[in-house]
Amino acid sequence: MNHSHRLTIAAVAMAAVAWAPGAAMAAKNCETLVLGSAISLTGKYSTNGEHAKNGYEFAIKKINEAGGVKVGNKCYFLKVKYYDDESTPARGAQLAERLINQDKVQFMLGPYSSGLTKAIAPVTEKYRVPMVEAEGASRSLFNKGYRYLFAVLSTSEQYLASAITLAADVAKKNGKKPSDVRIAIAVENDPFSLDIRAGVLEDAAKYGMKVVVDDKLPRDLSDMTATLTKVKALKPDVLIVSGHSKGAATVTRQVGELKINVPMIAITHCEAADITGKFGKTAEGFLCSTQWAETLSYKDPLFGSASNYEKEFKAAFPQYKNKTVPYQTAQASAAVYVFKDAFERAGSFDREKVRDALAATDLMTFYGRIKFSKAGNNIAKPMVLRQVQNGKYVVVAPPEYASHKLVWPRKAM
Amino acid sequence: MSQIIGNINILIEAPVFNLSLLLDGLMIGAVFALSAYGLALVWGVMNVKNLAQGDFVIMGGYTAWVLAQNGIHPLFGVPVAFVLLWGIGWVIYVTVIRRVIDQDLFTSLLATFGLAIMFQQILNLFFGSDTQTADAGFPSIFLFDGQVSVPQVKLIAFVLAALLATAVILFMKRSRMGQAIRATAQDPRAARVLGINTDKVYAFTFSLNAAICGAAGALVAMIWVIQPFYGITYSIRAFVVVTAAGFGNLPGVIAAGLGMGVIEQFGGFILGATFQQALVVGLLLLVLIIRQIQQARVRQVVQ
Repeated sequence: MNHSHRLTIAAVAMAAVAWAPGAAMAAKNCETLVLGSAISLTGKYSTNGEHAKNGYEFAIKKINEAGGVKVGNKCYFLKVKYYDDESTPARGAQLAERLINQDKVQFMLGPYSSGLTKAIAPVTEKYRVPMVEAEGASRSLFNKGYRYLFAVLSTSEQYLASAITLAADVAKKNGKKPSDVRIAIAVENDPFSLDIRAGVLEDAAKYGMKVVVDDKLPRDLSDMTATLTKVKALKPDVLIVSGHSKGAATVTRQVGELKINVPMIAITHCEAADITGKFGKTAEGFLCSTQWAETLSYKDPLFGSASNYEKEFKAAFPQYKNKTVPYQTAQASAAVYVFKDAFERAGSFDREKVRDALAATDLMTFYGRIKFSKAGNNIAKPMVLRQVQNGKYVVVAPPEYASHKLVWPRKAM
Repeated sequence: MSQIIGNINILIEAPVFNLSLLLDGLMIGAVFALSAYGLALVWGVMNVKNLAQGDFVIMGGYTAWVLAQNGIHPLFGVPVAFVLLWGIGWVIYVTVIRRVIDQDLFTSLLATFGLAIMFQQILNLFFGSDTQTADAGFPSIFLFDGQVSVPQVKLIAFVLAALLATAVILFMKRSRMGQAIRATAQDPRAARVLGINTDKVYAFTFSLNAAICGAAGALVAMIWVIQPFYGITYSIRAFVVVTAAGFGNLPGVIAAGLGMGVIEQFGGFILGATFQQALVVGLLLLVLIIRQIQQARVRQVVQ
């Protein structure tokens, strides 16, 4: 109850803020450009769908406040038409058709999750509608030759590969060979987590590291004791785990329960599972991969620095006041910003021209640099590793953007 | 393959890990046994195959979670979930299940499948789709130089599960209602003729099932994680256990649940987690094939 009440207040506040400059701009006759998005507002992705939607809305508010998108001599306010895809791919594809055919939407923002993006991309491709997406990281999206799909985030095989590089660095520093490093991998058996595994295996092979445990956890499994008992017996140097929020929560709890003593543990979805809040000390020393962190030193003219983005976003959406702003939100905002940049460079709303402008994007943003490969994925932004130190997430890799030093080895609590 | 052999070698060279897996398996199996136990009751007595079994478990889990959020220790979630789910089970019986008992197999499957979807969405509306967990805050007990760890919360879950199961078995054997339930299971018409209110028996059985699942769910929230859509896991395992044990055989259900837990742990260790559940389902298939052959033989004798 309380939650929805706060939401209403936020909505009213936002409307008020958006109204004031809007009224001033109306004199300048800004027209409205409608983008379309099918996004998960109900169903299993609803939490993250909401995060993404708020990211879109915040970027639109910032762009409209700054005078909208300028194309030719005219200015345009952005607006998004949303449909709820109920977290089901089939529904997402249907809604994309509806947005394009009935609502005559010319440009699309992506849905939440790789699965939904995979379902919608063929539709936007068929109608030649450019789509900038921020929440689909699976690398299978970028080997289909799509021309109209652009993604601002790093692809999934990069998620934990940086942990392998870090482990190699640590080994060198301690006078050991990187090839002495032994790795245990446990990932969920779904396309996204398997991509992460593939990236880790690739980098491990590069260094000649040995993989001693390589478990794929079935989707229905909420228990990792068998795998972790094996880890306990084999004593690897690195433990890599990825299995969405469930995997993060399960591994953190059971590492504590079984007192697993691995010097480096790298996982995904720490924030989504809130491992620091739920398990406190056990989470200490865990490495968490993230697309973005508010302490990074990126900035741009619209949002300012990453930390400024966080501050202003929290002011606009008070329901995030006591949380870290999720990267899902930041990358959604970045996607809208990429569209604005492309519209202005194209100087037109012709879909082909906008597509070519998108393909030529080379933009520094608060979220990191954005430059698309031929396949449409962002190749300019590295994945970030944060470590839990004293209950807080601090950036430890890549070293050039890091604010803190890696604590190694991790001590079992 | 070399990894599998390596894993077997670990178990031979360091036998202490066998103990570790065995204990974990038993403790995990106890929780599966509980939800399977409820299913065996409903299936055996009412011939309703409840596909919403796992969702009762998850509802129980959220009960413990809500308590923990409000500063009450989640262990109290076990009795609270028992009572709360009893009530929910009764309402579900009166509104839905009562109408499908006399119908054929598919009606009850469809109805309970619909219920499962409804429960998931309601939980999602109320609590959101984040995975949640209620931390009991108990440390682990370490044996053999830390090689074997027994999380206290799992131990408590095991004891509670055992107590609950014993109570239900005694209740079925000794009490008047228990006798009525067993009589109804054997022959509902005869039971009615002898003055047993079968409608009441059904309502009681279904509520009891929901309550047991709820208690199991509170344990699940403390041991693993819950999410509105995780119920299906527990439904499937309950079906596997009941199918393997046969629903007329309540102690058998408990043994099968424990056995499944242990096999899962050893399977996961030796073959890798990928085959942890595949192994269990494979065993179920084997049991069914053996049963089929045995029954075919019986039929031949009768002819």
